Order: sequence, then structure tokens, then C-alpha cells
Amino acid sequence: MSCVETIQAYAFRSLGFGERLLPRGEYTLCEHFTLIGSGLIWNVYFGALALMTGFFLAVALAVGKSSPNPLFRKPAEWFIFLFRGSPLFIQFFFAYACFLSLKSVSSFFDPFTSAWLGALVVLFCNTAAYSGEIFYGALLSIPKGDIEAADAYGMTGWNRFRRITFPTMLRLAWPAYTNEAIFLFHATTLVFFSGFPAWRQQGDALYYASYFADKTFNPFVPYPILAFYFILLTLVIISLFGFVNRRLNKHLPQERRAKPRLRISLIR
Amino acid sequence: MFSYCTDPSTLEGLSWLSCYLTTGKHVNLYISVFVVLTLLAITAPTALLFGFGAASAARSKFLPLRWFGKGYTSIVRGVPDIAFFLFFVIALDQAFEWMRHKVKCPDWDQPIRQGIDFVVCDAAKLPLSTSPQWVHETYGFFLAVLTFSIVFGAFAANVLYGAMRAVPRAQIETAEAYGMTHRQAFWRILVPQMWVYALPGLSNLWMVLIKSTPLLFLLGVEDIVYWAKELGGTKTARFTDYPHPNWHVEYFFALLVFYLCFTKVSEVVLDRIMTRLTKGQATAAGEAQRKAAA
Repeated sequence: MSCVETIQAYAFRSLGFGERLLPRGEYTLCEHFTLIGSGLIWNVYFGALALMTGFFLAVALAVGKSSPNPLFRKPAEWFIFLFRGSPLFIQFFFAYACFLSLKSVSSFFDPFTSAWLGALVVLFCNTAAYSGEIFYGALLSIPKGDIEAADAYGMTGWNRFRRITFPTMLRLAWPAYTNEAIFLFHATTLVFFSGFPAWRQQGDALYYASYFADKTFNPFVPYPILAFYFILLTLVIISLFGFVNRRLNKHLPQERRAKPRLRISLIR
Repeated sequence: MFSYCTDPSTLEGLSWLSCYLTTGKHVNLYISVFVVLTLLAITAPTALLFGFGAASAARSKFLPLRWFGKGYTSIVRGVPDIAFFLFFVIALDQAFEWMRHKVKCPDWDQPIRQGIDFVVCDAAKLPLSTSPQWVHETYGFFLAVLTFSIVFGAFAANVLYGAMRAVPRAQIETAEAYGMTHRQAFWRILVPQMWVYALPGLSNLWMVLIKSTPLLFLLGVEDIVYWAKELGGTKTARFTDYPHPNWHVEYFFALLVFYLCFTKVSEVVLDRIMTRLTKGQATAAGEAQRKAAA
């Protein structure tokens, strides 16, 4: 097979389109690149959806955690503690076991036992907890003057939150949130190693990379390719989030605008 | 374990549970908790050592050494750590076997990689195919520890490199003014002072390390995840005296609680250490402590 044919056959293999059987025997570099790249679709799917949905829960958690009312504060604190204090790997296993046993109760839980929804729910809760903590930290560091100014204008409640608190919180939290987004995309590689079955060998990028490494006993080809894809993905995330960051800080004076720059951290 | 456990089918409630939880396989589960703790106990200092070495190398005046330090500290950037775990376990294994192969079988003329196979001579196999089971297991665990140390060493190197740079420049200059050499200033001035700057990063790292111990399961070590999976599965009366339906939920819940307690305790202890270390330091936190006491 020429490389173009390989791409046609395997580019969407991870979604179930194209060739059913995985290549056999000697694997070409082109097959490595195509299949691992095909798996990356799943990583992007999990990461992007969990991030977009998790954002709203994260804001709710942050507001809840900073609320003086224990009725809101306690559940938010416990949720954040539960998901930040335990390994994601165990959360996947636990959630999968839960969904499996719930499946026998009601057929409503059927889709939850497959990775596309079940793992997404776990990642959603996980990223919501981590980002919730980030947003909570940002809420605490909103300049006192901003709130006082809002009070002076007679803003209260929802109006003050929407116009003052929320934008400032987002602006302060954005660099840390960018890091969280990068880690979330990295965390998506765990999905198919943690109980959730890869149906018909349709897995994510790491699934295919380890498939190749297992078959060829040569880790020096598939893993660097995976690393290449992930570095690319990380760069895309940084530039997308950087674009939003510039927008969020647009109203600030020029010399202050340069300040909240992204510092890539290495651990979550 | 207990004397009343001889016939489990007659037992009920708590006594059944006490017998069930002390079977041989459950003892394996408890031992595997120690495997995890051992991993932490070995990995943490080793990773710190690797990190310290790499951070000092990254500050070196000697260019290749600096490249090595910077290269090592930046490998973990942008790539999922799980990919590194899976990579290093195979790569290290093959590297060791290849080196032994070069030494032990110099007159071997075939290539090492034949198609999709990795072939070394029998004498170079690690562990030797004749060695007992425990050697295989220990070797697997050793590879896992080394892998963890390399990956977390790179994380630690970043933290320590930042901490070394955070020590006020004036301190080093003062040391040099007193006539200390580079080496003396490094060991006597920089290293003792950098820990307070490094501790927040290192405690964060410790938390991440705890939370990545379940990944041992992926590296082929029989750890708590392995035993929870094994013991939680459906057991029929034909194969065991303690038949039960699928208990994965309960077992993984127990693991979840174990890790939550572990991270909570660590958090409390690390907070205490931080409070003690900041005492009398010329940092914002130290100043706040002084004001609170006064």
C-alpha cells in the first residue's frame, strides 16, 4: 500500500470508518503516523467536550465554594476534594464499575458503559473540580477595589457577578486554566487503559502507540510519534487560549497587559 | 486466619466478612499496599536526587552538561506522563539487555532487531529465563521504580531549578565577596536556602506522585489496582469458599477512600512542614507569621 492509500484506509479507523482490520506484519512509518493520528481524534473529542462542559460546572463550584452559605459551600468543597484528592485512574475504574452495575438496573445507563460517554462524564467531573479550584483561587484574589467600585455604582447580585466578578475571575484564572486544559488533554490518554473497552480496537492515540510497541517490541518509533502529536496539540491549545487571554485583557492599559502571561507548569 | 473460619458456608454477617477479608488473596492485597508505599519511599528520594543532579547540570558552566540538564528537564513538557511510563519500561529493559548482550556475547553476528522481534543472546536475557518467579517480579518492580524516578526526576528538576534561581542573588554575591569559590557558594549558601522556595512545588509533586501510583498496574506490577480487579470479580462457589457477585464497585470505592485519606494526611503534614520552614524567613509568609504572633 502506498502512503496515500494507507491514509485513506486508516485516517478515521478510530471512529470506525475505513479498513476494519489493523495492518499486520511489518509496520511502515506511514501506518504508524496515520493510526496514531487517527487515535488523536478521540483525545481531542474527550478533551474538548470535557473542557467545554466542565467550564460551567467549574464556575458553579467556584462560586459555591466561596459562598458563605454552608448549604452551597460544603457540597462544592466535597466535590472538589473528592476529584482532586483521588487518582483519575481509580476514578475511571470506579465509575466504570458503577455504570456496569447500574446498567442492570436500567437500560438508561447502557451508553455510560462505553468510553464515549462514560469516560467523558468522569473527565467532565475531574476537570470541573480542578478548574473549580483554580477559579476559586481567582475569586479570592479579585482586587477589593473592583468590588467596591461595583458597589458604588449600585450593582448587586447577578448584575455585579456578570459584569465585574466573572470577567475579572476569568482574567486572573486564565493562565492557570490554560495549564489545566493541557493536563486534561494529557489525561485523556488514560481512558482506554482503565476499564473502558476499546470497541473493535477503536482507541485513542496512546492505545495505538502501545499497540504498535507491543507488536514490534520497538518503543522508539511509536512513542516519539505520539509525543510529536501531543506537542503539536499542546501548541494549538496554547495559541487558542492565548488568543482568548489577549481578548480578556484587552481593556487593560498596555504596560499592565503584558503581565498575566502563561507560564507553562509541568504538573497538575 | 481465625479458628471459626474453617467452614465459611455456615458463617454470616460480620464473622463471614472477617474471614473473607483475611483470606490469602486479601493478604496479597494488603501486601500490595506496601508495594505502593515502597515505590513511594524509593521513588521520592531517587527522583529528588535525579532532579537535583539535573538542576545543577542545567546551571553548569560546561555547555554539554547544561544541554543535558535542560534537555532532561524539558522532556516532560507537553507530552502525557503516561506515555513516558509505557515508553521507559520497554526502552530501559531493552537498553539493559542490549548492553549485557554487547558484553556477554561479543561474537554474535545477527542484528538485534529482526523484523518485529528484539533478539539478544540467551546469556544477556534479563532476568535469565532460568531464574525463579520472584526475580522476574522484582525486576519488573525495579524497572517501574526507575521509570517513575526518571519521569518525576524531570519534574523535580524543574522545581529545584526554579528554587535555585529564587534564592536572592545578593546571597551568592555576598558569599563570593567573602572569597568563597563557586562550589563553596553553591553548597554552603544556595543549597541550604533553596528548600523553602522549593517546598510548595515539591509538595505539589508529592501529591501528583501519590496519585500516579495506580499507574504501576499498567507497568505490569501486581499492585492494589490489580488485586482489587482480581478480587472484585464475580466468584462462583466452584472455585472459592467465599462466592460473591461482582464487587468491583466496593473494591474500587475502597481504593478511592484509601487514596483520599492518603492525600489528605499528606496535605496536613506538608502544611505543617511549610509552616515550620517559613518561620523566620524573609518571605511574605514568614512576615505574616511574625505579625500573627506579635
